Amino acid sequence: MTLLYLAIIIWLLPLLTFIIQIFFGNRLPRKGDWVVVGAMFIDLALALVIFGNVIYKYNPDFRAVLQFDWISLGGQDFPLGFVLDNVTAVMLVVVTLVSALIFLYSIGYMKGDPLYSRYFAYLSFFAFSMLGVVLFENLFGIYICWELVGLSSYLLIGFWFEKDSASDAGKKAFITNRVGDFGMFLGMLIVFSALGTFSLEGIKNGVESGQLSGTLLTAAGILFFMGAVGKSAQFPLHVWLPDAMEGPTPVSALIHAATMVAAGVYLIVRIVFMLTPVSTVVIAYIGGFTAFFAATIALTQNDIKRILAYSTVSQLGYMMLALGTGSYAAGLFHLMTHAFFKALLFLGSGSIIYAMHHALHAVNNDADPQNINNMGGLRRKMKVTFWTYLVATLAISGVPFTSGFISKDAILAGTLSFAGRYPQHFLLPFFGFAAAGITAFYMFRLVFKTFFGEFKISEAREHIHESGKIMTVPLVGFAVFCFFAFYTAGNNSISLSSPGEGWFYDLIKPPEQTAMTAAEMPFSEEIYEQEELPAEPGASHSYAIFLSLLIVGAGIVVSYRTYISKTISAETWAAMYPRLYRGMYNKWYIDEFYHATVIKLIFVWSALCRWFDNVIIDGIVNGSARITVIFSWFEGKFDNIVIDGIVNGIANATQILGWFTRQFQTGRIQNYLVGFLIGIFVIIIFRMM
Amino acid sequence: MITLDSCLIIGAALFTLGFLAVLTKRNAISVLMGVELILNAANINFVAFGFFRSYEIHGVLIALFVIVIAVSEAAVALAIVLNIYRNMRTVNLDEVDSLKK
Amino acid sequence: MGFLTLITFIPLVGAAIITFLPKGKIALIKKVSVAATGLTLLLTIIMLLRFDRTMPGINKEGQFQFVEHHKWIEVFNIDYFMGVDGLSFPMILLTALLCFLCVFASWNIDRAQKGYFALFLLLETGMIGTFCSLDFFLFYIFWEVMLLPMYFLIGIWGGPRREYAAIKFFLYTLFGSLLMLLSMLAFYFTNEPHTFNMLTIMQNSITYTRTFQYWVYIALFIGFAIKVPIFPFHTWLPDAHVEAPTPISVILAAILLKMGTYGLLRISYPMLPDAANYFAYGLAILGLINILYGAFAAMAQTDLKKLVAYSSISHMGYVLLGMSVFTSAGINGAVLQMFNHGTITAMLFLIVGVIYDRAHHREISGFGGLGSQMPIYTGITSFAFFASFGLPGLSGFISEAMVFIGAFPVYKYITVFAVSGVIITAGYFLWTLQRIFLGKLQDKYKTLPEISGMEIFTLAPLMIIILFVGVYPMPVLNLMRASLNYLIEVVHP
Repeated sequence: MTLLYLAIIIWLLPLLTFIIQIFFGNRLPRKGDWVVVGAMFIDLALALVIFGNVIYKYNPDFRAVLQFDWISLGGQDFPLGFVLDNVTAVMLVVVTLVSALIFLYSIGYMKGDPLYSRYFAYLSFFAFSMLGVVLFENLFGIYICWELVGLSSYLLIGFWFEKDSASDAGKKAFITNRVGDFGMFLGMLIVFSALGTFSLEGIKNGVESGQLSGTLLTAAGILFFMGAVGKSAQFPLHVWLPDAMEGPTPVSALIHAATMVAAGVYLIVRIVFMLTPVSTVVIAYIGGFTAFFAATIALTQNDIKRILAYSTVSQLGYMMLALGTGSYAAGLFHLMTHAFFKALLFLGSGSIIYAMHHALHAVNNDADPQNINNMGGLRRKMKVTFWTYLVATLAISGVPFTSGFISKDAILAGTLSFAGRYPQHFLLPFFGFAAAGITAFYMFRLVFKTFFGEFKISEAREHIHESGKIMTVPLVGFAVFCFFAFYTAGNNSISLSSPGEGWFYDLIKPPEQTAMTAAEMPFSEEIYEQEELPAEPGASHSYAIFLSLLIVGAGIVVSYRTYISKTISAETWAAMYPRLYRGMYNKWYIDEFYHATVIKLIFVWSALCRWFDNVIIDGIVNGSARITVIFSWFEGKFDNIVIDGIVNGIANATQILGWFTRQFQTGRIQNYLVGFLIGIFVIIIFRMM
Repeated sequence: MITLDSCLIIGAALFTLGFLAVLTKRNAISVLMGVELILNAANINFVAFGFFRSYEIHGVLIALFVIVIAVSEAAVALAIVLNIYRNMRTVNLDEVDSLKK
Repeated sequence: MGFLTLITFIPLVGAAIITFLPKGKIALIKKVSVAATGLTLLLTIIMLLRFDRTMPGINKEGQFQFVEHHKWIEVFNIDYFMGVDGLSFPMILLTALLCFLCVFASWNIDRAQKGYFALFLLLETGMIGTFCSLDFFLFYIFWEVMLLPMYFLIGIWGGPRREYAAIKFFLYTLFGSLLMLLSMLAFYFTNEPHTFNMLTIMQNSITYTRTFQYWVYIALFIGFAIKVPIFPFHTWLPDAHVEAPTPISVILAAILLKMGTYGLLRISYPMLPDAANYFAYGLAILGLINILYGAFAAMAQTDLKKLVAYSSISHMGYVLLGMSVFTSAGINGAVLQMFNHGTITAMLFLIVGVIYDRAHHREISGFGGLGSQMPIYTGITSFAFFASFGLPGLSGFISEAMVFIGAFPVYKYITVFAVSGVIITAGYFLWTLQRIFLGKLQDKYKTLPEISGMEIFTLAPLMIIILFVGVYPMPVLNLMRASLNYLIEVVHP
């Protein structure tokens, strides 16, 4: 329990530095970077304390939960809770370690930026939200931090907001993530309406007791996966991640490679007990397809960060593939190893870009400092960067003795055994192995084009320098974590190839009972023959090693022959399959597709709504007003002519009559007497007749 | 010989003359004089009828009464005419048509 | 004199004092306004401290607080009957706070200040009185008292098309009031003995026939729907909001819109429970239409103030959706959303006012890159935008999430579509943020001054409330939860 409180301190410390930084950052000495970086290293130390405790206990079932009331409505309550178990402990170390090193690196990379203090404020905020995702035991809490992670990503991608591309990318990232979050929120609604709780423990109990099952459970699982698809940039919501490279490079390393994008994978790990066979297959296919698909795009890109971005998408696809094929621990394992080598790759690229930028700036050349076609031969100038970069490249390609080899191998073996059981899913290992080969090829293409050969912009060559200590130290730090030994050390031995006996697999046990046992799944009987999925791959392991070594080796060799010995011409190949090449180069036109369909539709629809409002509804309102006015005009006329006509007519008639009679009234008595006389005569005449 | 008829004829002639004077004269005084003629025409009739038909004194009495009335009427009328003249500076009845208004 | 009488009529006294002041003494007029609204706010806060959070109210006089019940016009059985419960008190709190802040936001009103502040205070009396009244006749009087000052405030101090907007607002709402008057009379004559006492009318609700309930509900509903405003009665709102001066837009959006939903909850629901249940589905659909239609229409706007106005329509849709389900989370979420929308939209309009004062236009496309010129203002605006599109940690999210959680078990598909509105909302707010603040700064805006201390003073309390409720909403929920849960029992047993 003390450990859990410690974890909560880890969580709150970055929030504190965020508040300090946003209000007082500019007034602090050095604009407060030491506050943030220092706090992060304290966090790292605390996380290591927790991790040490967990390792020392060595208890796979270790779990500390702290529940507290948050919202209570009398009938319905929404408590929140934190959890500390082995997964959390590992994630805490990963997040704080990566963050601490990258924060340190940022001091060098962001030097002189006008918004320096705000940058560190955002970084702390990101750390706060990310740690929240890791620590919350409760889907509601996870969702809150999940969105906050998205927010900090938005702020950091658009950090150089004066560039339109940066602000576009930030917006795109946030909205794409929101699409995923929409799914996740619906998943939460389904879960809550069935079980009345957001607590993972409660949901697990509910799923196990069958209160939530069948199609609804599958739907919930897939909807949660949709959230993960958004955050982990899986197909078809991967489009934001490559654009997110508009942010500062350390941000790309921290958020868009190592931690935030892994949150999706982490979420699936957390809710793995909810996955039904159907949802796992969906996850596996989307993951596998993404791994393959993103790798093909990475093949032809020229922007150093974009290549890495697509490789991140591809690697995240691997993790999803692992989770989907039941290799629960392997997926999480790859998350961890990937966090280190991908962060290293990005920081290395940052170092290159930083050097390129200054060199090009010195000679007033406005070439793109991120384009690998402008680089070459950097190996001699930037030794530390080169060697660390090479280590990371080996790791991501899956060369033996590196961390990536172990984790990727575990995943590939998992897919292979999965396909062995269910031959109809043969595509999954195909995706995995193909992506592995392509990855090896394009990563070495990247290395060869940047570090080997001759520097392309010769006049700037003299100005290329290795980056300062504050940037190279983190590089070395990450490079150390690319070796296998950190991951496979177990109680008794260190394995070269298999993580099976290492501490990780001992600590991270797959959930024993999952929703997959549910027999009432409509087509679980056909596909799975009511058989449980294999918890971890075993038999197919040796095939997998053999096959992956072969494919990765082939990838590296082809890359070497293309870019170093030049015995294969990339241009010829591109010319042979122009459509394929253009498709890859233009990212398979996914962005264009979205622009032409979804986005266009929304704009047209919103314009339509506006038109409807202004023309139809206001038309009716104004029209009814006009009709009233016209009617009243007519009424006025009627009044004036007909009614007033009658009234006036009567008056006029009276007047005329009056005028007529007035003529007799002369006012002269004599006239009256005449009348009187006439009257008498008349009477007399009448009397006489 | 004086008969009732001759008296009535004189009375009628006198009445007609008086009435004509009332109708035609513009001057208020003349009109008053016409009124006096009418009254006296009536008196002749009263006296004639009293003398030839009833052999009583009633006709003469009424005639005397009429003469008294006529005197006072003339006095009032003259006073009115005098006032009219004072207000309108005329006794021409054509101009005195304030009844019309 | 009780608290309610005081808070209702102190602004009126202030208005009376202002009318006797000479025209030229603007500073004094402002001081009187500050004093009147400030005193009201102070008394409201004292009430908050004394407020018993366990008394439900709704239809039992004994369960209301700060009750004042006197005979008024005995011939017609009209009482001076005031009292508050958990439904009305948060609204009163909101009104008192926003009126106080809006006096400061009105500091720059440049003509006929005397009339302006007098009418403004009269408006406050109308609003607070409406929320306090428990006698239908009294309610109706205050309801109409609100209408007139609003008409003049828009029509005299408004923008270029103010007369059109004012008359549109006036006619729309007058039409609504007329229907309300008819319904009120229908209740009066249906009850034996004839009464305007709302609580008696509620207690007799069992005796009303279904047909009666349906017709009266529809009449009342149209009256309230115009205020909310519910599609398709909403088009007065963008015009009125755009033309009204900033503080009046704030009041209009933050409080007057709540009158509609408050009326539904206070009057239609407990008085006509059968009809409320019968029409609940329709209300949910209208809520959904409001959410999506408002969001899409907002996206297409080019005028910043109009965009905010349409976002209000969209956000009121959440209130309707939450109200349409008789679940604890739904109704609590709806009333919390009323409160939150009040604070958030007030911020948004104040923010629009800030930029309008400086740039003298509101065309979104006419801005760009203000982020580097006005960083504090940018930060505050982002905060308000984020709150408005429901970023977790800020208050809007809590209420929206509660509404969805409450609505989902009842109306699955409607809720699914409604949740998708959140994406659109985020889309247009971020797009707007980008068009105004991000990108390159135009040369003509290089001299725009940063947001002033007075403006920050009007915004800061709202920011604190939004953040606080977003992190820990219980203090507000505690105020309302007993009443609302009891309301569900009354309406939907």
